[in-house]
Amino acid sequence: MRVIGLLIVIAFGSLLRYGVFFFPEWGDPASPASLHVSPHYIEEATAETAVPNLVTAVLADYRGYDTMFETTVIFAAGLACFMLLRVLQRQVPECRLYRHIPTGITLRIEKGGKLPTESGSFERIDANWVPHDLIIKTTARFITPFLQIFALYVIAHGHHSPGGGFQGGVILGAAIIMFAISYDLRRSIQRIGEQATAVLGSAGVLIYAGTGVLCMVLGADFLNYSALAGLMGVDPVMARSHSMLIVEIGVGVAVSAVMVWIYYNLSSAGRHDEGL
Amino acid sequence: MIWELDFIILTLVIFSGIAAITVKDLLSAAILFGAYSFMMCLLWAIMGAVDVAFTEATVGAGVSTVFFVAAVFHTTRNSKD
Amino acid sequence: MGVELFTDIASQYNYLGVVILMMIGLYAMIAKNNLVKKIIGMNIFQTAIILFYVSTGAKRGATIPIIQHGHNGHGHEVIHAAEYINPLPHVLMLTAIVVSVATLGVALALAIKVYHQYGTLEEDEIRGRLRE
Repeated sequence: MRVIGLLIVIAFGSLLRYGVFFFPEWGDPASPASLHVSPHYIEEATAETAVPNLVTAVLADYRGYDTMFETTVIFAAGLACFMLLRVLQRQVPECRLYRHIPTGITLRIEKGGKLPTESGSFERIDANWVPHDLIIKTTARFITPFLQIFALYVIAHGHHSPGGGFQGGVILGAAIIMFAISYDLRRSIQRIGEQATAVLGSAGVLIYAGTGVLCMVLGADFLNYSALAGLMGVDPVMARSHSMLIVEIGVGVAVSAVMVWIYYNLSSAGRHDEGL
Repeated sequence: MIWELDFIILTLVIFSGIAAITVKDLLSAAILFGAYSFMMCLLWAIMGAVDVAFTEATVGAGVSTVFFVAAVFHTTRNSKD
Repeated sequence: MGVELFTDIASQYNYLGVVILMMIGLYAMIAKNNLVKKIIGMNIFQTAIILFYVSTGAKRGATIPIIQHGHNGHGHEVIHAAEYINPLPHVLMLTAIVVSVATLGVALALAIKVYHQYGTLEEDEIRGRLRE
């Protein structure tokens, strides 16, 4: 297999090298990639949509149809992970491990034994519990609120600085994943359960598609945001800017929920009892 | 666009890409893949693609490495090639 | 003549580096036996292609694609297209990064299921156990 692999790689590599030889010079302003539609976007986007960040303007307004399907692809990936891995029958584990906090003794209770009540002096631990994790827990507790506010800032300020819906959504999902890693998977599922992540994921896609259908109901084409000007009470240019914020919020909600959903399924191999 | 920085980081990217597929321990391969992702993010920031670099920094070095470590945790850590 | 030759070599080196990265990813997908190494190779291939597209949009002497002086809503100055980097490849590649992370999640879920079923992640051993 290695010989076949090397031959294929050398053949395709030389083909690509031959093709790259005729490219225009790197960094040339008059190369064909920068000539046809792109000058129109650079020169007219701020006048037509009142958004200085050109990438967000093109992503959410001029090419908004692609972004809607990108959100759908993310939701489909979360759904695929769920369907592949999730084990829905609750299996009673072979033995559970409990730790008595004042003395530090670990109890191991076999199947069918009497479990200690959920009082303050017993906590349930995973099979690979590590002591001395006070630093990790305290640091995670300090950083998480700032991370979440930063994620909301990135979503909301995407019109003027690099950022947007997708980046902010991933940072928000990563904050929740950090909480799940530093504490326990069970504690994270108590706060944001699996049903909540699935519903939020589909709600994000619904917000995006719903904005498009609303434009269609008001008489214009699908995802033509200037039709919402009468509903919002502003002129059509500002209506496009505000609708871009609405769809970016939809994208952010969907992406953060799906990242947490995929993490729940991958880190416990579907069983949702013990995590990383 | 500073071309000297571009060449040095492109060479580093190629080396970390070769290292990520050559080591025998799968956990080390996952962490090297995170390093590869960070260098790619630097490369795009040098070329002026700030949105793409932001996305790759959060996705590649944040969420993607966590997924790899979770998958290695549930399968096996050593590989035969 | 010296400057022309040098910029020519510089642009060829950039595209050559991208072709080498693509071939590293393709080799890992074909020739490695371990499933997780194949997934890493797939991701290296994807990010190399994204680097290729983004580097065709760069312009010498231009700035990042965020309009300066446009922050107060009504920048009525004339904007020249040669001053800003082409934003169109950035938009397309943002979608590509999103799709690559979605594919990574599903591929790792499949690898975990294969391990639960056959007990190994090496491709030749899986093929042997399939025949039984």
